[in-house]
This record gives sequence, structure tokens and C-alpha cells, in this order.
Amino acid sequence: MNVTLDGETVVKLQPVFGYLHRNHEKIAEGNSWLAAVPYTDRLDYICPLTNNWAYTLAVETLAGLEVPERAEYIRIITAELTRLQNHVAFMGFILADMGAWGSALMYAFREREKILDLFEALTGARMMCNYMRFGGCRCDLPSGWLESAGQLVEGFPAFLDEMEALLTGNEILLARLQGVAPLTPERAINGGLSGPILRAAGVDYDIRKVDNYGLYSRFKFRVPRGRVGDCYDRFMIRVLEARESVEILKQALVGIPDGPVVNPKAKQRGFRPPAGEAYGRIEGPKGELGFYLISDGSDRPYRFRVRPPSLINLTLLEELCLGTKIADVMVILGSIDIVLGEVDR
Amino acid sequence: MTEILEAIQSAFPSADVGILTNPSPCAQHSLLVAGKDALDVAKFLRDGLGYDFCSNVSGVDWPPKKVREVVVRKETVDGVESEVKETIEREVPGYLEVVYHLFSIAKRLGPVILRLRTGNRSDEVSLPSLTPVWKSADFQEREIYDLYGIHFEGHPDLRRLLMWEEFTDYPMRKDYVAPDDYEYEPTPHDEILAKVGPPKEVA
Amino acid sequence: MVDEALKADLQKRGIFVASFEDLYNWGRKSSLWPLQFGLACCAIEMIATAAARFDLARFGAEVFRPSPRQADLMIIAGTVTKKMAPLVVRLYNQMPEPKYVIAMGACAISGGPFKEGYNVLKGIDRYIPVDVAIPGCPPRPEALLEGLVKLQEKIQAQRLFGPNRARHTDTCEAGDYPVPTYGAHDLEPPLNPQVFQPAPARKDLE
Repeated sequence: MNVTLDGETVVKLQPVFGYLHRNHEKIAEGNSWLAAVPYTDRLDYICPLTNNWAYTLAVETLAGLEVPERAEYIRIITAELTRLQNHVAFMGFILADMGAWGSALMYAFREREKILDLFEALTGARMMCNYMRFGGCRCDLPSGWLESAGQLVEGFPAFLDEMEALLTGNEILLARLQGVAPLTPERAINGGLSGPILRAAGVDYDIRKVDNYGLYSRFKFRVPRGRVGDCYDRFMIRVLEARESVEILKQALVGIPDGPVVNPKAKQRGFRPPAGEAYGRIEGPKGELGFYLISDGSDRPYRFRVRPPSLINLTLLEELCLGTKIADVMVILGSIDIVLGEVDR
Repeated sequence: MTEILEAIQSAFPSADVGILTNPSPCAQHSLLVAGKDALDVAKFLRDGLGYDFCSNVSGVDWPPKKVREVVVRKETVDGVESEVKETIEREVPGYLEVVYHLFSIAKRLGPVILRLRTGNRSDEVSLPSLTPVWKSADFQEREIYDLYGIHFEGHPDLRRLLMWEEFTDYPMRKDYVAPDDYEYEPTPHDEILAKVGPPKEVA
Repeated sequence: MVDEALKADLQKRGIFVASFEDLYNWGRKSSLWPLQFGLACCAIEMIATAAARFDLARFGAEVFRPSPRQADLMIIAGTVTKKMAPLVVRLYNQMPEPKYVIAMGACAISGGPFKEGYNVLKGIDRYIPVDVAIPGCPPRPEALLEGLVKLQEKIQAQRLFGPNRARHTDTCEAGDYPVPTYGAHDLEPPLNPQVFQPAPARKDLE
């Protein structure tokens, strides 16, 4: 990031990308359709399961595959758990960006570890889950998993209360966040922002509600919105979204039906979708995560394009930072919540 | 999709716009727009039809390829008319393509897919930039310039996004050859690999 | 050298006998200061190692320094891209001796799953020497702790005098490594022959 300053005020800011450009798209175009799933884990490496879902959703749209009901429920449960741990980690990281390296991050990671334990029990890996498959999921839930997930979800609001007691009303946090870099809805839409920071600017747009992908239409949840779109709204929107995710999880853990977890008609190895193209997107924890796939009927994607929310959410970074102090730049960057694996791919 | 096409055609009768059908079950068809009309059409889509959210911009490389076609020809030999089948190899010229995925936030519509194509892959690689219409295309067009070599005219700051400035290739093109810096690593499969022989070129 | 049996006997009575070398190494290994420097996925596991559950502080290595001048351990956590490689080497050059490098994860060791990528360096050992390599994608926090303990063992065993003494005690040896530059197609040079010799090419592929 090249920042030009006048005293301590930012007058020009140019982000420089590419230091983690790992050629996801080129590698995926040289490998089979299935081999791209583990690579999607490593895009946004804080939330692998939502990445899996976005890719499989795009492939299912391309090939017209049905997903069994139980698999849809498992996807919703894992996606919302992912959203929880992403937002929790966000709260820790933004405090670290403000200079409070330590306490908040420790609390956040303590809770995150519990969610990672659930992922490990389910998929065998803490971070790189590689769990979803075309037309379903790789394996069924292990015995007792739903109970331990239920316990975690029961206890989660208490943790959020604890975190809020620590942070929300804190004088320093208010001084550092309130009124910093406000954003209007029109600019946010034109700049292509998506996810929590779009809603923090006051736009009512949640892809879970708009596209009704998965079975989200069956669940009752609210879409929180900010009023001025400053850093504080961007912080609070995550706290509120985490609470809504807990509500979704409670409903999903009760309502999950029995049945198969993968569509038996779906072929995994040597999968060849019909020629054509599809764009599939989900509401990831960081924003609209989309995959644009072109198939020429062969066993590997002709074009594999990731729509990275982290990169596109940075479009307005310069606009947000102009006129602020240099110390605010880190906070603004933290409030956008990026992951470099996804920015550079 | 046809309504959008009709709306565009009634607003710009001279515009060169067509529908490109998508054979996939999802039937996400796209609008193929000529480069000269792209900016007008984009502004109309944003202001007239409410597609205010440009979500995704991606480049696609279509290298020239040889297509085999079977042509049936009528021939008259010694007064007897007969049909002769003949295989002709025709070369389809290559081009680069930019695909825009548009959504409407207020009306909750989409995706509308806009495609622009360059003349070829070497010297006619300019297309109008749609960043003035949708700011979100900014970084994505820079990325396409970086990885595919499409030159966007009217882009405010067209530099390489991901690779370094000194880099001269366009690595996402299908004919890019990466520098060979692999090293030999012994694996348990070596004996099997030796039996199979050198890897075959995958078409 | 003190007899080992006598040493153990004295230790029981509360008298510790150690050579200067052991004491010096014990002090060094127990307070490694890593450079706060993460590249990719493994960095998150590195943070997790330092955070509540795994608590890197138990091994004396929790003081992450943001400046290379104050650090003596570089944990290369994640994929090193060709665009990043010159900066990694420069940071390494800026660290004072004695300095150690842990290559964490498959990417830092060899390029890992991204080995096919045009912008991915196939292992940081092409430019700087690596002391401990931790396999995994990403390695679990336990694996990072194990790697740290291995590094501590290595430090404990280093000799300060004599023919096989540690690099940093030898003032003749430079701790600097050439920084590659960006070329038109690849990094120039693609590797540092001082620290890395590519294995011979496979005969059956020729």
C-alpha cells in the first residue's frame, strides 16, 4: 500500500496487490473439476466451508444437479458456523489493528478453536476442510456431532455478551471507530461492495434472502443494517449478524432431516458437466462470493473465475481513507475485513 | 432476457447487440455487445433498467482453433448426380472476451451478462472500460489487463494488478508457458512412472 | 568437561554445573523472538499457536517482533510468491545474527499444492537457508510447537568454538544473501546456487 501523506493526513493511497497471487484460476483450469475443491479452501482460508459451497453451488447450477435435503441442512449449519468464527476472528483482528494486540484476540481465538474442533470432527481438518462435493457433502455427520454443535450454539450468545461487554461500549473503541470513514449507500453499490459492509452502509441486500439458495427460505432471520456506514457500523453489523447466525443454527439443528448426504446421480471423479457456463454466488461471511465457470464438456474447467469479495470490497479503500489520519487507515482496512488469499488468489 | 434486448434496441436502434444462448441447464444467457456501443448500453442498463451493481468481471481467452466440418456437396459425374461428403478444416480466429455480471440491488434482479469481444488476440485488443459506469470494475479490469492483456480505454489507472511491472507475459492466456523451474523429487511412484514412460501431451 | 554422573549427582544436591556454551545456548533457545510476519493460510495457524489454546509462551517464543532488527527467528508461514520472494530475502538480510528460519507448511518448503503456479516460488530454500521444515497444509499448531522444539534442540547442540562452530560465531561468513530482482518472465536469478542446487533431472523424462 503506497500512502501519500500531508502531515498525518492521507492525500493519496494506492493499494499494491499480488504478493499472494497463487494462480488459483490457472491451476484450476489445468486440473479436473473435483480437484478444484481443495483449492477453494485456500482462497479465503478463514472460512473454507463457505468457499466449498460457493464452488459446488456454481457447478450444480452448471450441471443442473439436485442436492438432498439433509446435505442442504449440513451446508447451512457449517456455513453459519463458518460465519460465526469469521466474525469472531474479525472482532479480534480489528482490535489488533487498533493496537490492542492480545486480549480480544485471545478471547476470539479461544471461541474459534471450539468451532474448529467441530469442523475437525466432521471433516478431519481444522482449516482446510475440503468437505463439499457436487450434489452434496463428502460424508455424514459423526455420531454426537449435532449434540456438541448444539452445546456450542447454546453457549455462544453468552460469549457474544462477554465480548460486547468488553468492547462495544469501550470509550477508546468508540473514539477510534465512530464517525471514521462513513459511506453512502449509492457509493457502496457503485463500488461493488457486498456483504456486511454493504449492509453497514444501509443497503438491505443479503443474498441468502435474495437468491434463496440452499434452503434459506425456510429459516427465520433478520438482516441487520447500519445507518451511517462508518467503521463502528461495520463493527456492530458483525456482532448482530453473529447473533442472527445463532438463530439460524438453532433452527437448523432441530429441523435437520434424515436421508442421504449426496446425490447418488452425481459423479465426482471424471465429472464432466455439459458445455455451457454458469455464475453461482453465495453470501459469504465477507461478501458475495461467486464462481463463474465455463465448461466445454471436458473433464476440466475451461474457465474458472473467482469473484473475490475481499478484493472488490477494497475498491473504495482510497475513497474511504482520503482525509483521514494515517492511524485510521489500519482501522479502516481492518473494518473491511479482508483475507489476502482471496484478494490476490 | 429478450425484454432487455428489446429495451436496448428501442433506446439505441443502431447498437450492435445480440443474445448469446447458453446451452447449460441454468440458461443464463448473455448479451453480446460490440465494443463501440458498450459504454452507451452499460449506462442505459445502469440508469434506465436499474442494473446498478456490477458484480463480476472476468476475462476469457479463446485461442484460434481448427474446426472440422463435414460438408455435403453435390457432384455430377457422367450425368449421374451424387452427394459427396467432404471434411473441411476451417480455422476459427481467436479473440479475447470480457464478461460482466450485473445485478439490480433495488429490484433484486439478475444476473444480466454482458460480453464484449476483441478483434483478435494480438493487436486489436482494446475495449472501452466500464469503470466510469461501475466503479467496481476498476480492479477487475486491471486484473484482466494484467493476466489477459486486454487494453481498457478510458480506465483511470490501467496498471498491472497482480504481477510486477517488469513482467511482460499474459499468464492466464491458454498459450502461456510458465518458466520451467521444477526440480526432481524422488517419489515412491518412480518405478511405476518409469514403466509408463514419459508423460503424454494432453490435448 | 565435567563427568555426566558427577553432574547428575551434584544436580540432586542443588548445584548446577554447566559449560558456558550450554548456558549461553540455553538462554538463546528459551527466548526466541519470532518476526511477526505471515504470508498465507499458515499464518492463521501461527496466530492460533500463539493464542489461547496452544500458547506459544510456554516455549518462550511469544514475543512477536514487528521489526526484523529485533527478531532472531523467521517463521515463513505460507506460500512465498515470486513477487514476495525478494522482500522475504531482504527481511532475512535485515535480521541480526544469530538468525534461524522455520519453513512452515508445504508451500514454504516446495510450493506445495500451488507448485504448478507461474507466480509461486518452489520453496524458499532456493534463496535462504532453512533450519527446520514443518510439513503440513497447514501444519497443526502442535506441529509448529514440535518444529520450535526441534529448533531449540538444534540451537542447544550448536558449538561456539572449534571447527564445527555455528555460522554466526564466524565473522568471516556473510549473513547476507543476494536479493533477486523482478525479470521479464521470472525472478533473476531463479535460485541462489550458494544455498540451493537443483537435483539432477529425471533421466526417464529426457
